[in-house]
Amino acid sequence: MKRDLISITDYSKAEYLEIMRLAAEFEALPNQDLLKGKVVASLFFEPSTRTRLSFETAISRLGGRIIGIADPGSSSTSKGESLHDTIKMVSNYADLIVMRHPLEGAARYAAEVSPVPVINAGDGANQHPTQTLLDMYSILKTQGSLDNLNIFMVGDLKYGRTVHSLLMAMSEFENPIFNFIAPQALQMPAEYKMYLREKGIRYFEHREFTDILNEADIIYMTRVQKERFSDPIEYEKVKNVYILRNSMLAKTKPNLRILHPLPRVNEIHSDVDKNEKAYYFTQALNGVFTREAIIAHIMNLK
Amino acid sequence: MDNSRKNKLKLKVSAIKDGTVIDHIPAQYLFKVISILGLDNIENQITFGTNLESEKLGSKAIIKVSDKFFENDEINKIALVAPHAKLNIIRDYDVVEKKVVEIPKEIRGIVKCFNPKCITNNEHIITSFQVVDTSPIALKCKYCEKHTVGDQIKMQ
Repeated sequence: MKRDLISITDYSKAEYLEIMRLAAEFEALPNQDLLKGKVVASLFFEPSTRTRLSFETAISRLGGRIIGIADPGSSSTSKGESLHDTIKMVSNYADLIVMRHPLEGAARYAAEVSPVPVINAGDGANQHPTQTLLDMYSILKTQGSLDNLNIFMVGDLKYGRTVHSLLMAMSEFENPIFNFIAPQALQMPAEYKMYLREKGIRYFEHREFTDILNEADIIYMTRVQKERFSDPIEYEKVKNVYILRNSMLAKTKPNLRILHPLPRVNEIHSDVDKNEKAYYFTQALNGVFTREAIIAHIMNLK
Repeated sequence: MDNSRKNKLKLKVSAIKDGTVIDHIPAQYLFKVISILGLDNIENQITFGTNLESEKLGSKAIIKVSDKFFENDEINKIALVAPHAKLNIIRDYDVVEKKVVEIPKEIRGIVKCFNPKCITNNEHIITSFQVVDTSPIALKCKYCEKHTVGDQIKMQ
């Protein structure tokens, strides 16, 4: 049976760990001709240069060929073709489909239509599972384990799909603690807090940065976007509250690493970049190895 | 008039020999129930009444289908529009069994996902939901994974 990766919860803890193991192998040896003779369709129905380049680098390092849509304006979709028909056609050509789509649920639907595996590279505000796996790989690499970690999530915790998926995935591991730092309007949704309570996982909520940061193993930063606020005054009040500065890191733990899905705007001050605890650029590089691992796993190449 | 006489009179009005009586349907959903059960495409004799007085529902509808006995899976599809529906199974003019509808674990079609950005609202796709709660009813979309809850539930 073909396997897809649509939602982070499609995979078990054992599969997360298998992908982490493969990612480490690809990091040690990034160029492996496992996809030689294979064609991978890279369908970006909405532009996302960062994710697309990461995937296409992973595919190239595996020796695969890429066909695809990079600019949705030039594709048949703009002529009114349904997603169903596009996927039917492309799945005749390609051995694997990587897709990004502005509508939620598009990837799940494509996986139903397609006889070849589908990897979701983001479907609207819904899921972006390869981001979560690369976040986990970054955590594992820097902390040596995915157990017993104190994870801080900062910024837009209401709409940020990356923090929701990471929370779900990390909840599978032993004894995590979550600390949420967010404005009232962008708090972690009740359903996720309920999920943590049901699993007996501890979490704490804060409105601003305090000395509590000194307990963090991971700080996961996200962007607070102006368009998320119905009241512009509310945004003005909080826009500078969630900016991480180097001075706040003086007494933090030596193993602390700061993650960000990027692109950042101003939520991490540039004076943090030179701190060895800043990890976001390496995190992006880890994305290539993780995506090589996901492709190899889904295509049964390893 | 005592209750048993009342019931007998009611049965007499539109009694069927064999078949199913679906009672306590909210009047506004009568035709929805007919369409969900595909009653508009079968040859059986069907009588229905609507805007009947009901203490529980205000105004209710009733459907009597001759020579038709529904499977539970089939009849439970109406639970979303008629959660209080009661079924009387009739054999030789007698009620031989009474049933209530139950909300199924999964719902295919029938309901629209409330999320305008869901793929099911943008392409021709049969919706599919997992029932994650029953009071109020909460449906998790198989595609966009969002929950459609209570008043947000709209029929397709």
